[in-house]
Amino acid sequence: MAIDIQMPALSPTMEEGTLAKWLVKEGDTVASGDVLAEIETDKATMEVEAVDEGTIGKLVVADGTEGVKVGAVIAQLLEEGESADDLPDASAKPAAKPSDDEKGDTDPGTAGPAHPENENADRDGSEGQAPVGKPVADDPAIPTNIKMVETTVRDALRDAMAEEMRRDETVFVMGEEVAEYQGAYKVTRELLQEFGAKRVVDTPITEYGFAGIGVGAAFGGLKPIVEFMTFNFAMQAIDHIINSAAKTLYMSGGQMRCPIVFRGPNGAASRVGAQHSQDYSAWYAHVPGLKVIAPYDSADAKGLLKAAIRDPNPVVFLEHELIYGESFDVPDMDDFLIPIGKAKIRREGSDVTITAHSRMVKFALEAAEILAGEGIDAEVIDLRTLRPLDTDTVIESVKKTNRIVCAEEGWGQHGVGAEIAAAVVAEAFDYLDAPPARVFQKDVPLPYAANLEAMSLPGTEDVVRAAKAVLYV
Amino acid sequence: MAAKTSKTKTGPSKTRKAKPRPSDKDELLGLYRDMLLIRRFEERAGQLYGMGEIAGFCHLYIGQEAVVTGCKAVMEEGDQMITGYRAHGHSLACGMSPEEVMAELTGRAAGCSKGKGGSMHMFSTENRFYGGHGIVGAQVPIGAGLAFANKYHENGAVSLAFFGDGASNQGQVYEAFNMAKLWDLPVVFIIENNQYAMGTSVERASAETELHKRGISFEIEGHLVDGMNVLEVRDMAKMALDHARSGKGPIILEMKTYRYRGHSMSDPAKYRTRDEVTKTREESDPIEAVKARLLKEKWADEDQLKQIDKEIKDTVKAAADFAVETPEPEPSELWTDVLIEVEA
Ligand SMILES: Cc1ncc(C[n+]2csc(CCOP(=O)(O)OP(=O)(O)O)c2C)c(N)n1
Ligand SMILES: [Mg+2]
Repeated sequence: MAIDIQMPALSPTMEEGTLAKWLVKEGDTVASGDVLAEIETDKATMEVEAVDEGTIGKLVVADGTEGVKVGAVIAQLLEEGESADDLPDASAKPAAKPSDDEKGDTDPGTAGPAHPENENADRDGSEGQAPVGKPVADDPAIPTNIKMVETTVRDALRDAMAEEMRRDETVFVMGEEVAEYQGAYKVTRELLQEFGAKRVVDTPITEYGFAGIGVGAAFGGLKPIVEFMTFNFAMQAIDHIINSAAKTLYMSGGQMRCPIVFRGPNGAASRVGAQHSQDYSAWYAHVPGLKVIAPYDSADAKGLLKAAIRDPNPVVFLEHELIYGESFDVPDMDDFLIPIGKAKIRREGSDVTITAHSRMVKFALEAAEILAGEGIDAEVIDLRTLRPLDTDTVIESVKKTNRIVCAEEGWGQHGVGAEIAAAVVAEAFDYLDAPPARVFQKDVPLPYAANLEAMSLPGTEDVVRAAKAVLYV
Repeated sequence: MAAKTSKTKTGPSKTRKAKPRPSDKDELLGLYRDMLLIRRFEERAGQLYGMGEIAGFCHLYIGQEAVVTGCKAVMEEGDQMITGYRAHGHSLACGMSPEEVMAELTGRAAGCSKGKGGSMHMFSTENRFYGGHGIVGAQVPIGAGLAFANKYHENGAVSLAFFGDGASNQGQVYEAFNMAKLWDLPVVFIIENNQYAMGTSVERASAETELHKRGISFEIEGHLVDGMNVLEVRDMAKMALDHARSGKGPIILEMKTYRYRGHSMSDPAKYRTRDEVTKTREESDPIEAVKARLLKEKWADEDQLKQIDKEIKDTVKAAADFAVETPEPEPSELWTDVLIEVEA
């Protein structure tokens, strides 16, 4: 029987692509591993290789065809003894794409762009616009009448680094694949071209070593931005982040300064298992001597990263792979800074306060929208900075709503939500009409299986449920 | 410490190359099958990834098959293997079934790690395969730790720790080297130098690019091996295993090899030319080399080799079908294996 060759998905989120070029023609014999065709996605050109051997019976999809759906039959391969006349009509066949049902991952945690280790990891995984809550321009940090430019979180981070590097010659970037490869997630795209190899430095895979070199360079008067390919790998370097960067100012009686930014994606990625999916928010937020930032949208990513680079202290800047590709407004102004240590009320409400940071803000806003549909008026606070933690804004809110849900992506025990709940209980106990509720990841290492992964990560529904619980509805 | 300083310097020496042992028909056919199984398995895994059945990262071993196959051929009962995230080939070589490896890739309950680990986290204690580790370099001290236990138990087993050229720059590798030699642990360090760590070539990441020399300052001898030649791998691995087993401590083998595919599944590999890949495939493919030898010695004819290929393809196809059809883990599995329950 002839073998159908299907349009492959080159990432978990790819749905269609362009069949750029066939490298074989009908009648050619091919063996396993032979390159059959080139496929273009929006960011990359990839090769399709033969798995089975045989003779190309029919090229079903022509060179240059755009929008070829993943799973569609693109060619038919004849096995020994078959001829092209035996071929059934492939065009009539529906594309064999697994239904969402079969994939079993409706949870938001399983959607997203391709992998950090991939060149085309910047393919946007999001559909439509992510929720923002109140318009960015409402931020007191932004003057009115400023033009807004829609920017991905990825580009906002890039722009922040580029602007600060233009402004201050002592700022430089180092990390794995940041220069020639343009960043494992493309966050450092084109920095090498603009600033050269002296200031955009590719390192070997030696996190402990280059974090230490970064700290030393900061002691020596530079302002390093150290990129970790993901924060999972920063565990190799956490000794320098805490013992060397965070503590030295204190230990030296104020003599030794360490103006450094440690940044990179933090938290869950899609289907990469326990060692590549962990939220370190609570880990770093625990440590005096550090500032810890975890922005959600593009404006905060840009304004806070610029502030972090200028800050004279060591800053841990936690990004999120699964929102790199989402677009939000960024004010088009020369020097757009967001103050470190200020939470932002993204949605005003009177019935319940929901706190979140990083990607959880998206789910909190979605939950607030659902709750609004049921007549519940939720206030959503984006923490933005985890250390120093803006408890004032949270307490003020609770005094108004009398109820709080603390949501985070990471594990609950000793988590960010635990800290906020403790602060609220200590400072606004008399205002509470219900015990604080928390939303967090299931208390297990993140599993790989699609169904188990979906069960593990908190999402919109969990926030809705928690809000209803504190409202006793 | 006098004993240490008076020790004769071993250093890296290519002179200790094992005398090539002749190969017979059955052995060579066996090696051919083993390598072909890995290749066909990986091709099928790549296809399943393209169909959305496998997600996340999926690092294929295509091109490097001779390394693990040659090593496994001379390992003895009780010897252990450990590697990084590029682990499918090692799993199969250790004797794990294509079904359980493929089902792990699709995240199913029948997977070797019950679907909880995925592509990078294959394990089988039964087959003495200790993973499947996602943090670059971590398997090196862990492999030395397995050797520590072997020495402690005096069980005569050797552990083989496989790691990449990129991993060879991690600091913990050198901490492990030092202790392994200090305590003469029975471990073979196998550097799979496929010449790239993601998009970074060895030259751009390593001050000393001859990675087999990385043990010099620890007095660990190292050898450069043609990792595309399964018989040379076999012989050097035998020599190294004998060395470690005899109480002489660790030894380093740098296997020069090549990965044909991208680092992970959707890496368009702009850091190297297609010509470079094609040339390696055409001129030094480890499987083609064995095939040519089998034909030349008349140990097999084209038809027999085709038959072998067909059998392997059928095996792999069956494993793929199984992996797609077999169910996902029970939801209750989310909560198991976090800790071992201890009676109060
Ligand atoms: C500590 C750590 N840093 C970074 C990564 C991301 N990463 C995964 S594989 C890889 C390249 C490793 O290359 P090499 O050791 O040569 O092995 P190969 O992939 O070639 O088999 C990198 C940087 C990681 N998994 N762990
Ligand atoms: Mg490598």
